[in-house]
Amino acid sequence: MSMNLTETDSDRLLAALRAVLADKAIATGAEITERIRVTDAGGPAQGARMVARAWADPTYRALMLADGARAAEALDIPMRGLPPLGVLEDTPGLHHLVVCTLCSCYPRAVLGYPPFWYKSAAYRARAVRDPRGLLAEWGTVLPDTVKLRVVDSTADYRWMVLPLRPAGTEGWDEARLAAIVRDGDMIGVTIPAIAT
Amino acid sequence: MHDLGGVSPFICAPVDKEPHALTEFDRTVDAIRQVLGQKRIMSVDELRRGIEALPETDYHRLSYYQRWLRAIVAILLEKDAITEAELRRALEQQ
Repeated sequence: MSMNLTETDSDRLLAALRAVLADKAIATGAEITERIRVTDAGGPAQGARMVARAWADPTYRALMLADGARAAEALDIPMRGLPPLGVLEDTPGLHHLVVCTLCSCYPRAVLGYPPFWYKSAAYRARAVRDPRGLLAEWGTVLPDTVKLRVVDSTADYRWMVLPLRPAGTEGWDEARLAAIVRDGDMIGVTIPAIAT
Repeated sequence: MHDLGGVSPFICAPVDKEPHALTEFDRTVDAIRQVLGQKRIMSVDELRRGIEALPETDYHRLSYYQRWLRAIVAILLEKDAITEAELRRALEQQ
């Protein structure tokens, strides 16, 4: 290719690409705006609803562990056309951490846009080599007795973590449970905690 | 640049945990990729190949979605979904 794309100013290149795509009816302005709207509507609150439901309802928990995408759809989270969603169940003896070493594959339908740190070279390099040291940066310290399993997310298969329900949440309703679940808890860099 | 598992020097670097808000530019590039995927004009794997094909210095100089934009344009040109002449004309009008 003779054009030097890397030297072209990014904003100018994007404007030109948009113009060509619109001209050729490959992607219209309206289609792009609609995708932005749908993507912005996703986010960690969706995954948190699933986690809260799984904590409260054993039948839903079984569905979520068997087929994450169906469990998402059961809560009206659109999954059509997206890769399968696997759910990793934390237990008192096993903790999971999700990374995409190749790029930034993230369970976007249920967690939204990947955070900056998830896409960073440091996170991707260290998750598979020094995961406990990595977790310590979030203040997450696992006892030596807890095994840590690192799972690689790919373009064809996305993963989220179903963390342990924290003690002290007995009798909470789902909305209250969902409110304590953060994006990091569903990737495994943090553990759900009750504000003290 | 792609398989960063265990790769030096990043293995020694701290993780930037600060939230970085997405810009309108970022959201637009992301949305274009989604539309192209839905219409089966370009897959995620093709996007990644395009990103991996960037020279390493460009990879680190460009932001995440700036890399995506270069990769999208390169793949669309390669597949003749758009032509260099069309892109050149549009660039002149910006």
